[in-house]
Amino acid sequence: MAEAVAVGADRESLGGRLRDIGFWADWAAVIGLVALVIVFGLASPSFLTLGNIQAMLVSAAILIVLAVGQTFVIATSGIDLSIASIMTFGAVVLGLLYAAGWPILLACLVGVVAAGLAGVINGTLVAKGRIPDFVVTLGMFSAASGAALILSDGKPTQVVDGFLLALASGSVGPFGYFIVVAAVVVVVAHVALFHTRFGVHVLATGGNAEGARAMGIRTGRVRLAVYLISGVLAGVGAILLVSRVGAAEPAINTTYLLNAIAAVVLGGVSLQGGRGNILGPVVGALLLTALTNGLTLLGISQYYQPLAVGVVVVMAALLMRYQR
Amino acid sequence: MTQQSGTAVLSTEATADALLVATGISKSFGNVRALQDVSVWLPRGQITALIGDNGAGKSTLVRVLSGVHPADEGSLTFDGSPVRFASPEDARTAGIETVHQNLALIDDLTVWQNLFLNRELVRGFGPLSFLDRKRMQEQAEKMLSRLSVNVPPIRSKVRRLSGGQRQAVAISRAAGWGSKLVIMDEPTAALGVQETARVEELVKGLRADGMTVLLISHNFDQVMRLADQVWVMRAGRLAAGRRTQDTDGEELVGLVTGAITS
Ligand SMILES: Nc1ncnc2c1ncn2[C@@H]1O[C@H](COP(=O)(O)OP(=O)(O)OP(=O)(O)O)[C@@H](O)[C@H]1O
Ligand SMILES: [Mg+2]
Repeated sequence: MAEAVAVGADRESLGGRLRDIGFWADWAAVIGLVALVIVFGLASPSFLTLGNIQAMLVSAAILIVLAVGQTFVIATSGIDLSIASIMTFGAVVLGLLYAAGWPILLACLVGVVAAGLAGVINGTLVAKGRIPDFVVTLGMFSAASGAALILSDGKPTQVVDGFLLALASGSVGPFGYFIVVAAVVVVVAHVALFHTRFGVHVLATGGNAEGARAMGIRTGRVRLAVYLISGVLAGVGAILLVSRVGAAEPAINTTYLLNAIAAVVLGGVSLQGGRGNILGPVVGALLLTALTNGLTLLGISQYYQPLAVGVVVVMAALLMRYQR
Repeated sequence: MTQQSGTAVLSTEATADALLVATGISKSFGNVRALQDVSVWLPRGQITALIGDNGAGKSTLVRVLSGVHPADEGSLTFDGSPVRFASPEDARTAGIETVHQNLALIDDLTVWQNLFLNRELVRGFGPLSFLDRKRMQEQAEKMLSRLSVNVPPIRSKVRRLSGGQRQAVAISRAAGWGSKLVIMDEPTAALGVQETARVEELVKGLRADGMTVLLISHNFDQVMRLADQVWVMRAGRLAAGRRTQDTDGEELVGLVTGAITS
């Protein structure tokens, strides 16, 4: 009898864990990324070359920065639908100031501040106005894209500048500056979420706002702060975007919005709030980028890319239901 | 006043050394008048019970005293000076800790994170302050060991705990800060016999340490065992007050139901 129990327990620790669906759910994004790398690596010889990996990381950088901002908002059980529009808005502000002869660093700074202000408006309406996050940021989605179109008269602004060119092409060792920027954002965000009082209060606000308030946490301020973070990171994304494209374009970019939310979901962050995690969304962003890149390398029409992203996200969400 | 023979009615006029005096508190939620002109006071260093039927307004009074809801009317005096709690943080800073009826625990945080919620220990200065996890975890063990028969693992998420363990966490949190007043809204509601006995010991321990306790309970035996005085609420109003030595369970039942007035 005792023997049977011991054998059973043994099995539980080895094969049992692989058969436990919760294990797969916790590691969904990582497993998905590894699977994609293997499949695309076998299917396309150029996928795993150093050059392509570097290119993928660079193109993942903007998405990672946006996904980190989105993670903070989602951890408080909110959602920021305006994140990509605010990025566009910040880019247009940056481009117009540069075109007006401002020094590039000042133009970048004001672009980030403008994006941060849009975030503050979101946060104030959510916290003080008690309007649902979804409605406020849907409004801001429209308002920020509209402001970008009005300010720029719908035309792109060329931004050809040494600093931004260097940002796009320079590197530290094998890592491009974009990757360095994304890595700094990720590390700072991880420390803020897991090693500061603010981080605990973000999770408490998302997990049980009433309880958090009863313990004296100012949940309104926390909500304001996460939208500020999301706005500022959209501004950082704007700098990267202008640097990469060489111009500030007022076009609405919904792919970035949807992929930022998808990366957070793939990273195992619950849309109900209260749970957060920075590395998960980063892996989610890498997964989505690898998916798009791999499909392109295989010569599959880009019309299939949104379909593939949609399938992956819904599959991941299904698996996530078994999370422990 | 129709005073029962053999009983001493407790005046709503506070004694000079009362720790907390609430005067004329009213609170409405839309059309629901949850509290109407309630005046109570808590003797310093003693245990006061607050009893009444479901919906009598006990938890609403608790939330007014702990800063969750500001009162529509009325005033509070705490430790000798008039106070106005705009937020629970104000009440906590003044020295009032509360175990709310819904416990106010965050399910997805760990036991130790809940114990230190909004009282997190940090190392460093200003914006470069980081959580001192190790010290919080060590102290969390101590805070819990005073109470639990079945100590919940401090690193597990509160979501995983039993109802009684959750209650133990909320009580330990309120008792752990050396505050002046501890308010407990039905602290033993989900507890077994042994755990209830432990909580009662803890409440007596708080009194022995000089703390003042406000205990909300539906268990009149418990009230008679622990409390020094009792306030009775009925339909949003203060119905009566007694020193426990001057009353018995039977009279308390009568006061709660309204069979006995004042
Ligand atoms: N936030 C609120 N919004 C609206 N009505 C409320 C609110 N809180 C309490 N009430 C109402 O106020 C009245 C008193 O409720 P309260 O929770 O204070 O009762 P209680 O004495 O604590 O009852 P119980 O013994 O069931 O805990 C009830 O009629 C309740 O419906
Ligand atoms: Mg109650």
